[in-house]
Order: sequence, then C-alpha cells, then structure tokens
Amino acid sequence: MFRLSLVPLVVLGALLMTAAGGLPPVGDPESPAATHVSPRYISRGPEETGATNLVTGVLADYRSYDTLGETAVICAAGLACWLILGARWREDGGAQ
Amino acid sequence: MKLAFGSPALDAASRLMTPFMLMFGAYVVVHGHDSPGGGFQGGVIIAACIILVRLVRGRAGGWMLAPERALAFACAGLGIFIGVGLLGPIFGGNFLDYSALPLLLEAPKARAAGSMAIEIGVAVTVTGVLSLIFDALVEARDDG
Amino acid sequence: MTDDMEGLWSVGTAQYFLTTVLLMVGLYGIVARQHLLRKLMAMNILQVAVIVFFIALSAKSGATVPVVIEDGLEINVASYVNPLPHALMLTAIVVSVSTTGVALALLIRIRRRYGTLSETMLLAKLRE
Repeated sequence: MFRLSLVPLVVLGALLMTAAGGLPPVGDPESPAATHVSPRYISRGPEETGATNLVTGVLADYRSYDTLGETAVICAAGLACWLILGARWREDGGAQ
Repeated sequence: MKLAFGSPALDAASRLMTPFMLMFGAYVVVHGHDSPGGGFQGGVIIAACIILVRLVRGRAGGWMLAPERALAFACAGLGIFIGVGLLGPIFGGNFLDYSALPLLLEAPKARAAGSMAIEIGVAVTVTGVLSLIFDALVEARDDG
Repeated sequence: MTDDMEGLWSVGTAQYFLTTVLLMVGLYGIVARQHLLRKLMAMNILQVAVIVFFIALSAKSGATVPVVIEDGLEINVASYVNPLPHALMLTAIVVSVSTTGVALALLIRIRRRYGTLSETMLLAKLRE
C-alpha cells in the first residue's frame, strides 16, 4: 500500500531530473541568479553597508525587513513551543 | 525532572569550555561584519553553551534560563530589532534605514552600527528561543 | 583559488541530481513512513535538500566566500560567490530548527494524548 507511493515519487523525481538539465550548470558565473541583483550587492555592498561580510550586509541591511520577519517567526515558534507543552505544567498547579 | 549527566570529567570539561564558548559566541555576533558570523550563528553558539551547562549540571547549576525569562529574552530581542527599525522614521528616514540615525558618523559606519544593533537583537532572540525550546522539550513528561 | 576550485565546481548538473535524490528521500519518508517522528526526520532531510539546492545555485567557478578581502575601490564581482542565497538559507536553517522544535512539542502532546506516534494506530484510535 505505502509502496504505491513510490510510483508518483519516481515520476516526480524523473521530472525534476529532466528539469535539472535546463538549469545553468553549477558554478556558472553568468547564471541568472548571479547576474540580477547580486552584482550590486557584491560591488557596492561594503561601501553602502559598511560590512565586508557580504552575507551580513545582505541579511542585516539590504534585506533587514526579511530578517525582521524571520525573527518574528522564531519568536513565535518559541512561544508556540512553550504554550503547547506549558499548558500541562499549569494544570499541575505550578510544577513548573 | 533531573536531567544531569554529572560526572567529574564532564563537570571539569564543561567548566573549562563554558567561558570560551560564551566568548566565541559574543565574538561571532560582534565580529559578524568582517568575518563569517552574525546574530543567528552567535546566538546559536551561546544557546549551545547554556544547553551544555544545563545538560551536565542540571537545574542546580544555576544556569537555568527559566522559560518565562527565556521568552522575555526572545521578545526583548525582537523589541530591539523593531525599536532600532523605528528609530529611522523618528529621525526622518525610512523604516530600518540606519543611515538616518543621529550617530555623527558617515553613512556606511552608521549603517554598520545599526545593523550591529539588529544582529545583537537577533542573537538575543535566538538564544532565548533555543533554550526555551530545549527546556520545554526536556521538561515534558510522558505520564499523562 | 583558481585551478583546484574550478576542478571542484565543474561538475555541471550533478549537484542538481544529487539534490533531487535527497529531495526524493525526504518526500518518500514523509509519505511512506508510519512513525510521525520519522516523518519529521524526513521533513528535515527535505529541508536540507532545498538548502543544498540554493547553495549550489550561489556557486561560481573560481570564486571565493563572500567576505571582501581586497582593499581597493574596485571589487571584482566574479571573484565572490552570490551572497543572497547564503543569507536566505541562513534564516531558513534557523527557522527549520524552530519549526522542528514546534513539531517535536506537538509530537509530545500527541504521544501524551494517544500513547502512540504510529500513524495507523493513531487513525484507529481516532476512529473509535
């Protein structure tokens, strides 16, 4: 029964493998991912953000709104984890 | 619940490693602008240090970051992030625009200072949340 | 940084195939495993596949890590890998840790309530 799930998986895998042939080869400096916004990040990142680590420059400056969302997600995950497991502690009357 | 693998060797090793781990975590956070690192990585290292002490010495080690306090840490980090972001509109810039901060610095330096503050906020959040998740999972009992 | 690195990265699309294999392993685990904890582990494998795919997209032949080391005003774009996927995947890793924590908490609750994490036994108990 569960082995049947192999069939769509194999089909999907074959599709993805075929699609991988259409992607630019790994390490291609002219790939679309490397020519859209990333040249701006690399060439002007240090002088615009003051960070020679370009990843930090992108993370904390160019895309800090994105990072704000991620931080909120992490905070919410911690809150959810505590609430899911913490309800039991409060039922005990202050075991924790 | 006791979850302490206390043995003399582990105790000595954790005592030896803890200050270095804390210092390395702070270094990774603060030095993230010029070397690989940043708030997420440094926060994870500091949380790993807290979890190490928690594993070796248990709650009696005094390093227990209580869940309420860890949650307060997480929210404080998010508050630092949003607060630094809101300083931009207050001083006439855009949201999260650190170059508008009145820091008497050139634009790239001011932006670096602003993103440093944000990285510290992220590190505090990650530290709090990871120790909170660890504590919540460890304290959970299976008897209900 | 030139010849050796080019030899390392000139593998064409082999990394995409390996990523696809990793993705298939994760998907198969999610679909076919009965134990919810194993499904969670398979989900983590799937996340790792996505992360590896993004990092493979960021690679450039003959380029080094995105930390600028030269002092000149002119920065050669071709000598640093694309920093954008690195930044995105950095947040994705931390979020995956958080979601794993929430999922483990949910699993603990399910186990407490029903006494099992096996999917078939859970479905049988739910039908009662």
